[in-house]
Amino acid sequence: MEKVLQYMLTGLAAGSLYALVALGVVLIYRSTRVLNFAHGDIATLATFVAFSLLTNRYSFPVALASSLLVGAAVGVAFYVGVLAKAQREGANLLGMVILTLGLALIIQGAVVWWWGAEPVSLPFPISDTRTYKLGPVVVSQLSIATMAAGLVGSFLLYLLVQKTRLGLAMRATSENVMAAQTLGIPTRMVLSVSWGVASALGVVAGIFLAPALLLDPFFMLDPFLKGFAAAVLGGLNSLPGAVVGAVILGVAESLTGAYVSIQFKNTLAFLIIIVVLLLRPEGLLGKEFKERV
Amino acid sequence: MDLIESYAQDLRFARRRITRALLGILLAALVALPWVAPDHAVFLGTLIALYSIGVMGQNLLIGYTGQISFGQAGFLAIGAFAFGHMRGWGAPFLVALAGAGGVAALAGVVVGFPSLRLKGPYLSIATLGFGVAVYQVFVNWEVLSGGRSGLSIARLTPMLGLTGTQTVYYTYVLLLAVFTLATYNIVSSYVGRAFVAIRDSDIAAEVHGVNLTRYKLLAFAISSFYAGVHGALYAQVLGHIEPQIFNIGESLTLFVAVIIGGVASIEGSILGAAFVLLVPKVFSEFREMVPIVYGATILIVLIFEPRGLFGRWLKARLYFQLWPFR
Repeated sequence: MEKVLQYMLTGLAAGSLYALVALGVVLIYRSTRVLNFAHGDIATLATFVAFSLLTNRYSFPVALASSLLVGAAVGVAFYVGVLAKAQREGANLLGMVILTLGLALIIQGAVVWWWGAEPVSLPFPISDTRTYKLGPVVVSQLSIATMAAGLVGSFLLYLLVQKTRLGLAMRATSENVMAAQTLGIPTRMVLSVSWGVASALGVVAGIFLAPALLLDPFFMLDPFLKGFAAAVLGGLNSLPGAVVGAVILGVAESLTGAYVSIQFKNTLAFLIIIVVLLLRPEGLLGKEFKERV
Repeated sequence: MDLIESYAQDLRFARRRITRALLGILLAALVALPWVAPDHAVFLGTLIALYSIGVMGQNLLIGYTGQISFGQAGFLAIGAFAFGHMRGWGAPFLVALAGAGGVAALAGVVVGFPSLRLKGPYLSIATLGFGVAVYQVFVNWEVLSGGRSGLSIARLTPMLGLTGTQTVYYTYVLLLAVFTLATYNIVSSYVGRAFVAIRDSDIAAEVHGVNLTRYKLLAFAISSFYAGVHGALYAQVLGHIEPQIFNIGESLTLFVAVIIGGVASIEGSILGAAFVLLVPKVFSEFREMVPIVYGATILIVLIFEPRGLFGRWLKARLYFQLWPFR
């Protein structure tokens, strides 16, 4: 029993990172209907910026803040500079997804070019070897920090979306862009804020993931795919769904890794998603879409 | 509305005399290529030919049927390894090729089942999951992937006094021609029109008597047959395969080729395949810059020509047809 709890706790820590990624994916999907394939790469770029600052003896808060800013700036710049322009030219949704792929390739190339493909380790103030005993389970400092980051990130996003005027505008825009525009909401500004916030959430996930792994130009690929899958599991238009899906995915993954097969851990995670989607195509908390002919 | 009563004109493969002439010149150039170009260019032509087949299959699924799949590398891997094993057991090239396509098509039917319920981004994630799952199964299951050293495939024996490279080139170009003709026929038959109807509105298609289950699964089966053949031909050209080749990047490359070339266009599929192979080649001088250039080209092409390369070609042709009036 203690073992199960232990594995669930590990899964919870992973799940909170997936939640941060998934929230970003959902935020962008809800507002612009675009699946952002560059989400993981923006986070990678910003984490490398934090790495450079930390190795040059800047303090951790400075590095964190500036990497968040870099991530958000890239997201906003891509939306304003590329996506909005393509939309005016009449690109369809598939085209816009490909545009994010293009951005992902550019960022990957830039990261390899600037920092090299060798894995490096991020100097991080929180250790993953110092552990605490919580009753029967052992938890490392890093897992606690990770879960805290997931909770704080989700809570701040909740406050932003549900309790502020800007959040109201974001919800209105995601509901119906035309109507929002007619009511005088500056939709382009609101959408770029959504892109910025979403990218920053991904960066938080990247920063807290990096100390557990080594930092290389492709280290966000796997967590990004998981976050993506979690978002779909929870329902792509539901923010709470993203968190629920991510936690379920993290725990299920950790348990299958422990009890079924460590090699097929990732495979099983994706199989679970396919099965859930077959039973509930709109995701766990997603709204059912009714199509008119 | 133009009142057309006979479709004979529309069904003809090359409609105008100039089209026929251009087609003839193109074919002659393809036949002459190995005699005038250096070997690496011939090899590149071979690669473009085999990629075109895969991209065409992907375009049947994405462009014509409107089902988004990000798991195409999974079918490539299945085709390639099925082909490798069959060749290992002594099957001749064409038999192994058909077998590889068949196995991939079966897998395609299985993956097609989620498509009966899922749409748009949800389907794309399910297929992405399939691609990742196949990749990991091949990486972790050494019986299938031939162990750590991968699977070796015997080269084709040169025929008719040609060199090895030339034999492979002619075989592949011939196969591409066969697949292109087959695709034209599929697209302009009842099946193709059913696909297009499903893409435009599946409920409306169903109301008009299109059996959704059958045609969605058929679309997946055909497209993954093409992908399986693509994987098999790729394996033959490489001579040695390991699962790492068929990663998610490969799925995305095929997807990009469809969009860049032109959605729902057969010529566009070939252009797209040429694009994704030529861009890294042209910029190979700046090795580490290749992804940047690749990405930037995608951005530029898509911002200025959302319909892809084939759309640009249509516009250019229209311009010359109407010249000097417009």
